[in-house]
Amino acid sequence: MQYFVQQLINGLTLGSIYGLIAIGYTMVYGIIGMINFAHGDIFMVGAFAALIVFLLLGALFYSVPVVVALLIMMIVAMLLTSLYNWTIEKVAYRPLRGSFRLAPLITAIGMSIALSNFVQVTQGPRNKPIPPMVSQVYTIDGISVSLKQIVIVLVTAALLAIFWYLVNRTALGRAQRACEQDRKMAALLGIDVDRTISITFIMGAALAAVAGTLFLMYYGVVVFSDGFVPGVKAFTAAVLGGIGSLPGAVLGGLLIGFIESMWSAYFSIDYKDVAAFSILAIVLIFLPSGILGRPEVEKV
Amino acid sequence: MAVTASPERDIVVPPMQRAFREALYAGAIALGLFVLFIGLRTDQNISNELILVQRWGLLALVVILTAVGRFLYVAYAQPFLASLKVADVATGLLPESMATRFFRIPYLFAAIIIAVALLALAGSLDGLLGPDLAGYARFLRALAIIYAVASVMFYFRSFIHDHFSALGVSALALYPVVVVLTLALYSGSVAGGFQGSLKWVDNFGIQILIYVMLAWGLNIVIGLAGLLDLGYVAFYAVGAYAYALLGTHFGLSFWILLPAAGCMAAFWGVMLGFPVLRLRGDYLAIVTLAFGEIIRLVLINWREVTNGSAGVSGIPKVSFFGLISFNVSDPNYIAKVLNIATSSAYYKIFLYYLILGLCLLTAFVTIRLRRLPVGRAWEALREDEIACRSLGINTTTTKLTAFATGAMFGGFAGSFFAARQGFVSPESFVFLESAIVLAIVVLGGMGSLPGIAVAALVMIGGTEALRELDFLKRIFGPDFTPELYRMLLFGMAMVIVMLWKPRGFVGSREPTAFLKKRKAVSGSFTKEGHG
Repeated sequence: MQYFVQQLINGLTLGSIYGLIAIGYTMVYGIIGMINFAHGDIFMVGAFAALIVFLLLGALFYSVPVVVALLIMMIVAMLLTSLYNWTIEKVAYRPLRGSFRLAPLITAIGMSIALSNFVQVTQGPRNKPIPPMVSQVYTIDGISVSLKQIVIVLVTAALLAIFWYLVNRTALGRAQRACEQDRKMAALLGIDVDRTISITFIMGAALAAVAGTLFLMYYGVVVFSDGFVPGVKAFTAAVLGGIGSLPGAVLGGLLIGFIESMWSAYFSIDYKDVAAFSILAIVLIFLPSGILGRPEVEKV
Repeated sequence: MAVTASPERDIVVPPMQRAFREALYAGAIALGLFVLFIGLRTDQNISNELILVQRWGLLALVVILTAVGRFLYVAYAQPFLASLKVADVATGLLPESMATRFFRIPYLFAAIIIAVALLALAGSLDGLLGPDLAGYARFLRALAIIYAVASVMFYFRSFIHDHFSALGVSALALYPVVVVLTLALYSGSVAGGFQGSLKWVDNFGIQILIYVMLAWGLNIVIGLAGLLDLGYVAFYAVGAYAYALLGTHFGLSFWILLPAAGCMAAFWGVMLGFPVLRLRGDYLAIVTLAFGEIIRLVLINWREVTNGSAGVSGIPKVSFFGLISFNVSDPNYIAKVLNIATSSAYYKIFLYYLILGLCLLTAFVTIRLRRLPVGRAWEALREDEIACRSLGINTTTTKLTAFATGAMFGGFAGSFFAARQGFVSPESFVFLESAIVLAIVVLGGMGSLPGIAVAALVMIGGTEALRELDFLKRIFGPDFTPELYRMLLFGMAMVIVMLWKPRGFVGSREPTAFLKKRKAVSGSFTKEGHG
């Protein structure tokens, strides 16, 4: 039982990170119907930005409180990553918006390749380890919870609350939901569709940057190719939860996190990704539009 | 209060001022994007701790280049292109106006003269100009030759367009012969010709043709049936491991294993096809991607069979139907049979013709299939699944045959790949390969075989050619390796080509069924990758 709860906590931590990335996928998909393949690499750029800020803080100041350091890392990473996603949207996706479906997918894949190789060229191909920032571990009833995990879950919960407020209670969120339902009608009603889409990309990137910072803090290492696997898993999570649905993305992220940690604990750690992907396939066979997704209505 | 129209709104900003402003914006954005990534570099010091290395000079250079580039584009290039367009609309030159300005007879003569002069001086270039300038001279020579070839192609464009397939196939068939003969003349001996041809035949010829074959195979799934498959590399892997494992453990010949590998890949195509039949569009895309990853992870982790990440080595070479072998130790080694000097180039040339044959087989089957009921059903499925079902087409079998056929060609290409490398490991079957093949299919204009071949030539040949740019080391210092930038440039090229030609190189379709006259259909009227 203890072991099970322990795995549940690990899965929750992992799932939070996946959920944060998955929101970026699902929002972009909901609003313009494209798979933003570069989003995983945006996450990696966020982690790298946090890493560089961490080193910069270490070089500039003798000692910084951990909370302050984490906050600065997060904010800088969010700003920088948003700038990246905003630029990418403007350069690579916006000109192709009226084009056929696969065109933006191809530019997104191209951008993904370009981003990870850009980081490889400028920062070097090696693993970048940092000393542990937070190492406290609490043990209750034989279940150990590290402070890192608590931070991750709390930050994720807080962000999701802010995000929920933004989408459901503000004019911006209303504009986003309107664009998601019918872009042409929203434009006719005076919503600046281009701006709304830009902001959607910025929001997705900011969440991915936080996920990247938390990832760096949790694992203490990042490498240029780290965008792909978390990116694919987060996308899997978004599809699992029903792509286009925000609660679905978080739910999917948590599910993928649980599946992974349970599978590595009870079966084999080598096949944890295989398990996650197989369950995706199985779920989609029975629920072809994900768990919380609206079934696609085919009109003739 | 009188209503006054605000005049500022209507005034057109002078281009110079606008260009300055845009350049400032571009510079500011570039500064923001690159300040942490180019300005600072994380490096390990002796005690393995990360430290930051400052590179502000490089950052300034990149930012200034971005701003200047944007300025030149907005101030000069944009008005220039716009005025050209106006002039060309008036004269009716439009579709080829740029090309006719670019390819002119005097330029062609200049290019030929430069190329011939530099070729004649080839031996003494280093002595005459020193190693630095000689590097540039060789680059200039390559550019001149490319320009001359391109202009000849441009002048005969209508002829080439009419006979594209025949010309393309004969050029491909003659390619190794021409390379060997040219290099033999160049080095003065036949052996030198064979030895020098290794790079051209192997790195360029075989490499490009493998991607052509993969892209043509994927084209059946995406271009014809409209099923977006992001895990095509899985079938390539199945084919490669089928040959690698059966060939090394049971000593079976390539010619038996080639169809076997194709069948196995097709079987896996059906295995994948069954569960995903009900999925559409992006759900299908993600499940195929997941399937590709599953296959790769199984290859890594099933160590008892696949030897894990270490891979399978010592894969037997292909023989010429058992008659002529390419192993030096065999009694029927080619040099002994034909009484010629020993060289490793024979095997590469043989492989070149083998993959060329496989490519042509793929093209032939695709062309014939498009005219069979199943091919028509694929295209109908791509255009509209509901209409297709209403007409009584069994969409289940139609999708499964598309998956299986595409996978079979992937399997053929895979077993060829294993035979060519002599070594396979899961490293070769990452998602990036699927992405490259998909990019080639889309950039070529989906469904168009010549377009896809041209896209493979440009994208793969272009990145391979980067390995040849040694003279760049002289500009950027000896640490500079152009290969590092290969994938960065590849990714950017994907974006740029897509923005420039969203419908791919060949944006129109030749219909297979027509009433009286065959009329090309613009690509914008067809749907792809929807089902």
